[in-house]
Amino acid sequence: MSPVTLKVDNLQVWYRTLRGDVQALDGVSFTVGDGELVGLAGESGCGKSTLGKSLIRLDGRMRHVGGTVELDGKELPIGDSERMNGFRFKEVSIIPQYAMSAMNPTRRIGRMVAELLESRGVRFEGQLEELLRRLELVGLDPEVLERYPIELSGGMKQRMVMVISTLLNPSLLVADEVTSALDVSNQKAVAEALVDFRDRHYVKSTIIITHDLSLVYQIADSIIVMYAGKLAEKAPTDTLVHAPRHPYTRMLIGALPEVGVRYDTKRLEGIPGSPPSLLDPPKGCRFRDRCPLAFDKCAEEPPFREVAPDHAVACWKAF
Amino acid sequence: MLRLDHVSKSYRVGTFGGRELAAVRDVSLEVAPGEVVSLIGESGSGKSTIGRMILRLTSVTSGSITFDGTDIAGLAGSRLRGYYGNVQGVFQDPFSCYNPIFKADRALELLRQPYFPDLDGRRWRAKLERSLEAVRLDPGQVLGKYPHQLSGGQLQRMLVARALLLDIRLLVADEIISMLDASTRIDVLNLLGDLKARGLGIVFITHDLSLGNYISDTAVILHRGEVVETGPTGQVFDQPRHPYTRSLLASVPQLHRKWERNGHPVRQPAGEGD
Amino acid sequence: MSGPELKEELAVATPAAPPGAATAVAAGPVPRARGRGEVLYFARRNRKLVAGLAVVAGFLVVAAVGPLLTDHGPNDYVGPPSQPPSADFWFGTTTFGQDVFAQFTHGLRSTFLVGVLGGGLAGLIGMLIGFTAGYRGGVVDEVLNMLTNVVLVIPTLAVLLIVAAYLRVRGVVPEAIFIGLTSWPWVARAVRAQTFSLRTRDFVDLARLSGAGGRAIIVREIAPNMSSYLLMSGILLFGGAVLLAATLDFIGLGPTSGISLGLMMNNAVLWSALQLGMWWWFVPPGLGITAIVGSLYIMNVGLDEVFNPKLRKL
Repeated sequence: MSPVTLKVDNLQVWYRTLRGDVQALDGVSFTVGDGELVGLAGESGCGKSTLGKSLIRLDGRMRHVGGTVELDGKELPIGDSERMNGFRFKEVSIIPQYAMSAMNPTRRIGRMVAELLESRGVRFEGQLEELLRRLELVGLDPEVLERYPIELSGGMKQRMVMVISTLLNPSLLVADEVTSALDVSNQKAVAEALVDFRDRHYVKSTIIITHDLSLVYQIADSIIVMYAGKLAEKAPTDTLVHAPRHPYTRMLIGALPEVGVRYDTKRLEGIPGSPPSLLDPPKGCRFRDRCPLAFDKCAEEPPFREVAPDHAVACWKAF
Repeated sequence: MLRLDHVSKSYRVGTFGGRELAAVRDVSLEVAPGEVVSLIGESGSGKSTIGRMILRLTSVTSGSITFDGTDIAGLAGSRLRGYYGNVQGVFQDPFSCYNPIFKADRALELLRQPYFPDLDGRRWRAKLERSLEAVRLDPGQVLGKYPHQLSGGQLQRMLVARALLLDIRLLVADEIISMLDASTRIDVLNLLGDLKARGLGIVFITHDLSLGNYISDTAVILHRGEVVETGPTGQVFDQPRHPYTRSLLASVPQLHRKWERNGHPVRQPAGEGD
Repeated sequence: MSGPELKEELAVATPAAPPGAATAVAAGPVPRARGRGEVLYFARRNRKLVAGLAVVAGFLVVAAVGPLLTDHGPNDYVGPPSQPPSADFWFGTTTFGQDVFAQFTHGLRSTFLVGVLGGGLAGLIGMLIGFTAGYRGGVVDEVLNMLTNVVLVIPTLAVLLIVAAYLRVRGVVPEAIFIGLTSWPWVARAVRAQTFSLRTRDFVDLARLSGAGGRAIIVREIAPNMSSYLLMSGILLFGGAVLLAATLDFIGLGPTSGISLGLMMNNAVLWSALQLGMWWWFVPPGLGITAIVGSLYIMNVGLDEVFNPKLRKL
């Protein structure tokens, strides 16, 4: 296997709320290889965004409870916001979910980029040539640097933020739902740009967080499926989509209508029930209550274990 | 049943309303009982504006919308109430459809006074429960809860239940599943399919072509306020004639069919890459 | 969302970024619906709110009970002139032998009356115009907005001078009405802005689809969502009316009959109480007004903390 960029080991991150701790991320372990593009998929509230944020910046309500994150062999001090500053942008970068509204509307884009770079101790002039090259790659005119963010369309802003956040060639890029607010044609352009960035080694590895399995199927090398704060399955893309082992993955894929599938000829079924509350998650397999295959053994928590090379599952029925 | 005749909608924009912005241009279509018509388009295509015009939430600039031969533009008072007794809508964001400071069932309760003033408490309650059960919700689980205590899927189904309290004949469903999770999405779609089988006409507004395909009979592809292609759903999807429809179809991410770029798949299959 | 958020969000903030600076940005949507219980819980634990409320309530009790303790009117000449506080006259007497305590308690009454009447009227007009303009939009909004701006720029004092020149006899109630008629514009603007954003929400559309008319939608759907805001506006209007009334009275544009805290100060200055060292004449009314208005503003800050989850201290 290729060398590993990111190694997450038994990571636990909880949210503080008035009613107690929400165990949003509860013992997550996986690795991302050099040059690997990983899709992180799951439904809302499964912890996928928490995982993405944990690698960059814990917000005020998030607490690092346990586990480690290693990037290029160095441990990331994810619980320490001050020390993380040395890694952000240079080593690890995020394209946030609402990147499009996150740009300062009163600054010209070029000036904003310059300020960002200088706050990191990097001279803007030295990066300008590279910046222009990358703008061209994502199909943006160099002239956008003279414009204000509101003058750009949603898709343009999203691509702009992508270029900015990867300008210093970070080892790891986290893209959090970057395409979900875009129209299909823009969606495709942004997704392809993520692949290009990896191919040109602008970023070593990428994690794409999304609720849309069919999107990551198009671009990711492997896919991780999360459920209720834990990993359910991780496998190379084709394996995960065509031969999933976890019942949740299977049911999730079975619930996706494809162009050509019609209600009257092939009725798809959803997954009955809803995910458990993470305030006080149930013991054992967290999918147990909704799982048609559940049996006695599921009262015990299944380990996240490899069932084939690069294919890990957390389900007693899959071992 | 519902008929749109050369309907257009334009907004005045600019400092003194000097410029006109056409949101919908010359759209004509018809919806029959038991028929699902999908309005498919990207943002800015005017699809939601059409839905709002059918629901009388936005006025029509020119052209006419008729329901059973009556122009809906002139309806007011009790006749408008009568129209809403036949035609109802469900919107994209189930969370914003509920007034956050009240309990969720108030959205249903609002219909009681104007439409069922004569029903006593027990019979009203029975009616509520019947319509909730019709959308496969457990009344005991959802009644008396605040919106934030319920999931998006539950809230969205409750809104469909609200529409079903009335004996409606046409439902305008505006992006009703785009904010739902994949596992509950399909349940709401199946529910619409069942309603259609019972004779309900549905205007299904979506930006997602695969969803537009799943339950619809007629597909209407919109681009910048204009209809670019319309026809039986299977035909539009299998043999798209308009280049815009074709490019739209090629951009949709689907399992089992890979995106291509310059004749090569965007993602190299494992083992064949560098 | 603007300002330094890109830095925050892209996690490339300047090294000196304070920990938790990103909290407000990344806190995500806070569930807007909160039970009454939760609001009460935070209200009771908020010291600013409780202290402010206690002070205002104390003065209210004095205003209600105080006049019952004396058997003479506030302007009656009942005792020896210029007496410092004593057992007979708790707050002393004026140059003319009037009882300062009686004046103070009666003055408090008119102060509360002006606050309630003036603030209430301003609130009523402001909400009426704000809701109508915000909900209707279009031409109605433009006309009402113009009216609001006109009233906003009218110099209150100049108008009052003219009114004073025509009205020989002025009472507390006309004064309150005048204040009400001139201090509503900022409420109207704020309510209009909030209504604008609320009326495009889906639940308003849904209420329309349920056959509800404009008035029902404003009263039953929009206003309840602003209730915390309206309550706070009411408090500010009350305080503003009290302060404005005191100012008008002090410069001699107040009621010609009756008594008020501002009028007491006006008289004290007129008859050189300051130079004569008759502190008991001007300190009670001055302190009263300061305490009431100050407490109202502190209450407002406290309420803000109660209603706004981001300001809550856990």
